[in-house]
Amino acid sequence: MAEVLVYVDHADGAVRKPTLELLTLARRIGDPVAVALGAGAGDTAATLAEHGAVRVLTHEAAEYADYLVVPKVDALRAAHDIVSPAAVLVPSSAEGKEIAARLALRIGSGVITDAIDLEAGDQGPVATQSVFAAAYTTKSRVSKGTPVITVKPNSAAVEPAPAAGAVEALDVTFSEQATGTKVTARTPRESTGRPELTEAAIVVSGGRGVNGAENFAVIEALADSLGAAVGASRAAVDAGWYPHTNQVGQTGKSVSPQLYVAAGISGAIQHRAGMQTSKTIVAINKDAEAPIFELVDYGVVGDLFDVVPQLTEEIVARKG
Amino acid sequence: MSLRIVVTVKYVPDATGDRHFADDLTVDRDDVDGLLSELDEYAVEQALRISENSDDDVEITVLTVGPEDAKDALRKALSMGADKAIHVEDDDLHGTDAIGTSLVLAKAVEKAGYDLVISGMASTDGTMGVVPALLAERLGVPQVTLLSEVSVEDGTVKGRRDGDAATERLEAALPAVVSVTDQSGEARYPSFKGIMAAKKKPVESWDLSDLDVDADEVGLENAWTTVDGATERPARTAGTIVKDEGEGGRQLAEFLAGQKFV
Ligand SMILES: Cc1cc2nc3c(=O)[nH]c(=O)nc-3n(C[C@H](O)[C@H](O)[C@H](O)COP(=O)(O)OP(=O)(O)OC[C@H]3O[C@@H](n4cnc5c(N)ncnc54)[C@H](O)[C@@H]3O)c2cc1C
Ligand SMILES: Cc1cc2nc3c(=O)[nH]c(=O)nc-3n(C[C@H](O)[C@H](O)[C@H](O)COP(=O)(O)OP(=O)(O)OC[C@H]3O[C@@H](n4cnc5c(N)ncnc54)[C@H](O)[C@@H]3O)c2cc1C
Repeated sequence: MAEVLVYVDHADGAVRKPTLELLTLARRIGDPVAVALGAGAGDTAATLAEHGAVRVLTHEAAEYADYLVVPKVDALRAAHDIVSPAAVLVPSSAEGKEIAARLALRIGSGVITDAIDLEAGDQGPVATQSVFAAAYTTKSRVSKGTPVITVKPNSAAVEPAPAAGAVEALDVTFSEQATGTKVTARTPRESTGRPELTEAAIVVSGGRGVNGAENFAVIEALADSLGAAVGASRAAVDAGWYPHTNQVGQTGKSVSPQLYVAAGISGAIQHRAGMQTSKTIVAINKDAEAPIFELVDYGVVGDLFDVVPQLTEEIVARKG
Repeated sequence: MSLRIVVTVKYVPDATGDRHFADDLTVDRDDVDGLLSELDEYAVEQALRISENSDDDVEITVLTVGPEDAKDALRKALSMGADKAIHVEDDDLHGTDAIGTSLVLAKAVEKAGYDLVISGMASTDGTMGVVPALLAERLGVPQVTLLSEVSVEDGTVKGRRDGDAATERLEAALPAVVSVTDQSGEARYPSFKGIMAAKKKPVESWDLSDLDVDADEVGLENAWTTVDGATERPARTAGTIVKDEGEGGRQLAEFLAGQKFV
């Protein structure tokens, strides 16, 4: 069977969930060969093997952390040249998309970004994309070269499928461009203990209606009662009430959870672009005319400061 | 010293309008108004700020690849304060994908001459967020992308990139390709004076032959990617909406329990 390269997103050897989803999707097209780079790359092997990687190509070097994007492109290129894969799959993070695009250009291929599903087709893998703020669903494929496709988080349910996962050291020669952009400092984001926004099964978001940084405690309490991640609208972020990394929407994260709760958010097109594909949508807004209500499965017209604490209390009570 | 900045700006269908696909599965541009991609306003803004903070002579050129109407996007950028504009327009460009677009942009940037290219973080139609990286790859210069803060000093560009896992400080020698996010600073509104002045600023038009790009490297037929189908997402079925009369939270909890979320 054809081999499919899967770029591994990991933190010091801990494989992030979107990569496991990629391995699941990759198996529909061929045998996954995982590429893990940087500190802790070798530690990813067991998890990757458990999820279907027939081979794990690893390479550790300081360059991956010290310079932006290009060293990873060099490595993926090296992996591509020894594997001759049927496709290359990369998680759809900001960096993942840049790596994928540069690789595609180097190997003379096309690139598709932000696929939400992937299946085998007569003319190569077919990607499903959700476009124009989720107003359309498209089917597309790469028509020249080895398909390079980035896939959004939450696009597939992770299914373990034990495979050999033989670890091999990848031989990488860095290009002249590799050291072009130096990372002079890095401040890791502090963990909140809550699930990762793009990976969470439930997201609770607050908007301008929350009216103050301190009031976000109301949103957080609901999120914690549901084991959810916390999101925010750009209005709330721009006001400085919540960090930009929690912004949901066109220029923030796009999320597709099982349940999305919007409190004090009007539902502007740019916000909808980031949450419209959520399975179940719930909104609390005091304006019955707010466009968010066009999307909801269940909406409460009311003051969030009344509704949200009551909801939280009820959930906590039900959970006993 | 002088600094030549080229800002890439895209002409896109208005996101708040009703966007559709045409029969050939490219963007239908006839049924919806076009405008300068809002995220490219941030790129123009940063170019202007770099110019204002610089002791050097800074020349800002805005560049677009797009149909006739794309001139509107250039005019907007000129009225914000850019010095001149380049419009790459050619019938053979219809349906070009990201790989092809980056080829045309790279050739145009090289022909224009540059020390710094500034792009938006993503377009508001394709929203791929890959063109700046592709441009850097093609030009063989550093990419310093997704910056929420940017400055240029002594031939070096510095910036801050807020990633998912960490905030990074980046640095590269010019020439370089930069992209900026909507966190980089509110874009200015064109003043009346700016709008009047823009009418007199030069807009050059180039076609593929001016750039030594073959027609078979671009366009729908030659694209590296193919769209096989597009379906409009079915409208959501109307949900239940209740008015809070003291029990709204509990009613919502009941709904969530019924859906097995609690
Ligand atoms: C290029 C571009 C990119 C953008 N990207 C994003 C993005 O990624 N994400 C994003 O969110 N936005 C984005 N925006 C901004 C977007 O257009 C909206 O301005 C923004 O989403 C509005 O946020 P909001 O709904 O919180 O605020 P508003 O639109 O002001 O809505 C606040 C809502 O809260 C309700 N409310 C007020 N008080 C209460 C209360 N006590 N109880 C209940 N309800 C209450 C009000 O009725 C209102 O509906 C972008 C805009 C542009 C131009
Ligand atoms: C809904 C949709 C989905 C698409 N999916 C794909 C796909 O999966 N693969 C693919 O190869 N193509 C795709 N395309 C085509 C692609 O969007 C265009 O080729 C486009 O010009 C480049 O990608 P982008 O608009 O996403 O730009 P981005 O990479 O998001 O743009 C980043 C920046 O690059 C600059 N820029 C981009 N285009 C231009 C331009 N024409 N002129 C000047 N500056 C520009 C701007 O500064 C912009 O802010 C898609 C188009 C649409 C409308």
